[in-house]
Amino acid sequence: MMKQEHEIIRRQRERSKILAWLLGGFVVLLFFITIAKASLNW
Amino acid sequence: MPAIEMTDTAALPADWRDFLALTKPRVMSLVVFSALAGMLVAPQLPPFALGFTAILCVALGAGACGALNQWYEAEIDAKMRRTAMRPLPAGRMDRQSALHFGVGLGSFSVILMGVATNWLAAVLLAASILFYVLIYTVWLKPRTAQNIVIGGAAGAFPPLIGWAAATGRIELLPALLFAIIFLWTPPHFWALSMFVRSDYAAAGIPMLPVVAGIESTRKQIFLYSLPMAAAAIAPWPLGLTGAAYGVSAAILNFVFVVLAGRVLASRSSDPSQMGAEKHLFAYSVFYLFALFTTLVVDRWI
Repeated sequence: MMKQEHEIIRRQRERSKILAWLLGGFVVLLFFITIAKASLNW
Repeated sequence: MPAIEMTDTAALPADWRDFLALTKPRVMSLVVFSALAGMLVAPQLPPFALGFTAILCVALGAGACGALNQWYEAEIDAKMRRTAMRPLPAGRMDRQSALHFGVGLGSFSVILMGVATNWLAAVLLAASILFYVLIYTVWLKPRTAQNIVIGGAAGAFPPLIGWAAATGRIELLPALLFAIIFLWTPPHFWALSMFVRSDYAAAGIPMLPVVAGIESTRKQIFLYSLPMAAAAIAPWPLGLTGAAYGVSAAILNFVFVVLAGRVLASRSSDPSQMGAEKHLFAYSVFYLFALFTTLVVDRWI
């Protein structure tokens, strides 16, 4: 039982980390989209 | 094959690798490649950030299609050796997670495409996702042996989307690229379904070799390869591409038709002896990559 709880926590942490990186990447992407659209008036 | 029990809830939260597997990364690579080709042959290129975002949206849209397909077909996948170890039939993920992931990914990709590029590309992306999930997966695939013929349209959208993201319009060349993939899909999938037909039969999916038989499927594979070759060579005489593409397309299509002819001439009914079908299937993947690569090279030289 303890082993399974440990595995649940490990997987949740791993997923949270990946989600955080993806959200960070999305913010950076939005920044570049805004710059590209504003500077080139595309 | 061991019996696999389907459960609605998995014992553990799914691993991130299972979410990745849900998006069918190998299928996604061909979709991304054809969308990129559609974008690179367009008369104008978007700024890098917008072009990158457009291709990312196509990849996410393809991932959403894969996830929703696996959500809907979890029970069928459990019956086929080729798909039994996917996250849902293997019990590593619950179905709700797959549904939420697919709907979320699809919605996000369409909205981001509209915001970053234009709404024509976003509408085409939405249409391709809905077509694949509703028309192909839910409606056609379990009902008719022509599922691949009509459903192939879903996979033919990416070059159109790439072109539309770059230009905001649809013209004759991207329409021909749509036609090429549309006509390529039946021989490609029927060649595969010939040597895994027992899987499809066990799962109750009416693929052409299961319903119409092997000989009929061999004829259909050859017959579809002819208009496919015509559509693939057409951009050259129509003046839409140069001779580099025209000559390459002629060679690639000649080989395709020859391999389809070998399938037509084959008499083997044992999947392990279906060398001609396996060669055609392997070549068909190379063919599409090579054809679109030469199209891009021709545009840039």
